[in-house]
Amino acid sequence: MSILKQATIDAIKQNESALLTAWIAGLEQEGSLSDNRITRDEVSAQAKDFLRLLVAASAVGDAADLSRGEWAESRQFLELLSRSRAQRGLDSQHTARFIFSLKRPLFDQLQTTYAGDPKALSNEVWAVSELLDLLGMHTIRAFQKSREEVIMRQQEELLELSTPVVKLWDGVLALPMIGTLDSQRTQVVMESLLQRIVETGSDIAIIDITGVPTVDTLVAQHLLKTVTAIRLMGADCIISGIRPQIAQTIVHLGLDLGGIVTKANLADALALALKRSGLTVTRAE
Amino acid sequence: MDRIPILRMGDFLLVTIQVDMHDQLAMTLQDDLSTRINETSAKGVLIDISALDIVDSFIGRMIGMISGLSRIMDAETVVVGMQPAVAITLVELGLTLQGVSTALNVERGMQLLRERVQNQ
Repeated sequence: MSILKQATIDAIKQNESALLTAWIAGLEQEGSLSDNRITRDEVSAQAKDFLRLLVAASAVGDAADLSRGEWAESRQFLELLSRSRAQRGLDSQHTARFIFSLKRPLFDQLQTTYAGDPKALSNEVWAVSELLDLLGMHTIRAFQKSREEVIMRQQEELLELSTPVVKLWDGVLALPMIGTLDSQRTQVVMESLLQRIVETGSDIAIIDITGVPTVDTLVAQHLLKTVTAIRLMGADCIISGIRPQIAQTIVHLGLDLGGIVTKANLADALALALKRSGLTVTRAE
Repeated sequence: MDRIPILRMGDFLLVTIQVDMHDQLAMTLQDDLSTRINETSAKGVLIDISALDIVDSFIGRMIGMISGLSRIMDAETVVVGMQPAVAITLVELGLTLQGVSTALNVERGMQLLRERVQNQ
């Protein structure tokens, strides 16, 4: 339990504008304000709000325990601040500096306030330091969380982007797969392909694996699952784009792709699909 | 007790599953269907499961068994309109329904049945 002394809180309150000026000056010196992704006015406004919240919360709250209700508002403010910075692409150092650069002006202030009492000074410096460290750490944690959210979202978008189902002909769908196949991707691929089969009423689906770098037992199993699901729906599946190396790997691994129609390239697969649909392609003379 | 209706259409029997299948319903359907095939000496059975959203391993196995049973009684069976989610579930459950014919919708299913019966 470490509650800041009333004298400390009063001192911060009375010298708020001086502290703010010193804080902003400190930030400027470190170069945090010369970034064009965040404006000086914005930082000043954030600094002002934060100082007000800090005073309000530390008057009632335990400075060593941020999880308490009194600090909820401060925590929320810092989380918002971290999120907005993460979304703008500012780094964690920049975000952490915002809090840590408050230390110097605060310590200077404490020095003047407790000029005649070294014991109280050291106590208060310790308490304030601990509080700011905790707040800084919370900021970093929130920052990391927002960054992870951004990464996660991008991953999902990438997943969607990398699995387009294209219509090759009336009743013939193709899925050009690019990149490594893992279970999550297979799931997305399977779902989008099956959905499109229902929507378009297509008889034949071609999965082109030219862009899949390697085929191992797991990938083969995923492919088999997809093919079986397509068959259960009542459509046929052709796998195309088996490169020589991949064919060798499949044989060496002893994988059984029995029951699956495979073709060397997409053109052959399309030709087979057209033939099955009862269509012939002839040269117009 | 509720039952799944079995409709006769010429040489074929039409089974449309419109409600969620539970185990007892599936067993009743199996009994009813075998009786009807026997009575009508149907040449083909079309099972439409397009309204079926949820399957478990038991229902999946029942679908396979019904189709196997019909085949023994000389009626070709086609399962039509399986939803993507159902297909994925069955595959994940390891039920590949080997030997069961499938089609995308009722129209294609009927076409397939006619072809099969003509070829016999």
